[in-house]
Amino acid sequence: MFRHMWIFLHKLASPPHFYGLAAKMIPWFYVSGLLLIAYGTIAGLFYAPADYQQGDAFRIIYVHVPAAYLSMMAYSIMAISAGIGLIWRMKLAHAVAAAAAPLGAWFTFLALATGSIWGRPMWGTWWEWGDPRLTSELIMLFLYFGYMSLRAAIDETSKADKASAVLILVGAVNVPIIHFSVEWWSSLHQGPTLVREGGPAIETAMLYPLLGMILGFTLFFGALLLARVRAEVLHRERRSRWVRNLILGESA
Amino acid sequence: MMEMLAMGKYGAYVWSSFGLMFIVMIACVVQARSRHRKMYQQIESRLKAMDSAT
Repeated sequence: MFRHMWIFLHKLASPPHFYGLAAKMIPWFYVSGLLLIAYGTIAGLFYAPADYQQGDAFRIIYVHVPAAYLSMMAYSIMAISAGIGLIWRMKLAHAVAAAAAPLGAWFTFLALATGSIWGRPMWGTWWEWGDPRLTSELIMLFLYFGYMSLRAAIDETSKADKASAVLILVGAVNVPIIHFSVEWWSSLHQGPTLVREGGPAIETAMLYPLLGMILGFTLFFGALLLARVRAEVLHRERRSRWVRNLILGESA
Repeated sequence: MMEMLAMGKYGAYVWSSFGLMFIVMIACVVQARSRHRKMYQQIESRLKAMDSAT
């Protein structure tokens, strides 16, 4: 049983196999993700009742929460991949970390921007310097930028892999800080809605579109990550025989 | 209908958030695709140059 799993994992991690398999999976991730996002958007905008305190402004939650969740999820995937890459010297793991960075940066930007747009009518301000939740999320954006610039600055891929893996692992302390910031310190930011003691504090007509959005964003992210890892694998394997055969045809 | 689209007095905030989501989604897809295409074409031209050199 374990042996079969090990063989499966080994095969999955082999670049040519991954490259082909990912190509087949990407459309499914895109289609299912986009369907769920379409459902979440329509149901969230038009069918969920307005919030008794925030009115229709609360609907920003359907973009903000999935984006914020993915910003942390992308970072966690990078940290785990970086760790696996360092410990087991698995090249595909480093490729995953490198591929996730720009996506994480985009979703962090989206979380910050929609948070700012939401904050304006609710708190009366676009941004509050020193607020723990806002600041720790902004630090994460800088960690993504730092990671990408570090990689870009080192020519040799294996060196870039190691140095950037260390950076991302050190920065990982920021992830729990973001999550617990609203509990540890006083913040303008509201407390957790979904992941809290006693279950989600939101009624079902509001909850289902949110869950749909979160799952849809995750699948969409999965498609983007696979697409980016493929590009990364191609680049890393550019001198290999299988890439040569792939591009020039079997006869070459 | 217009009332639904108005989102109370928060229309500008709600619609700009969803608009931004849409833009980021498109940007992510375009970037991911163009990156793969770029890598592929780089390798292709290098391999062809190598083959014609020998």
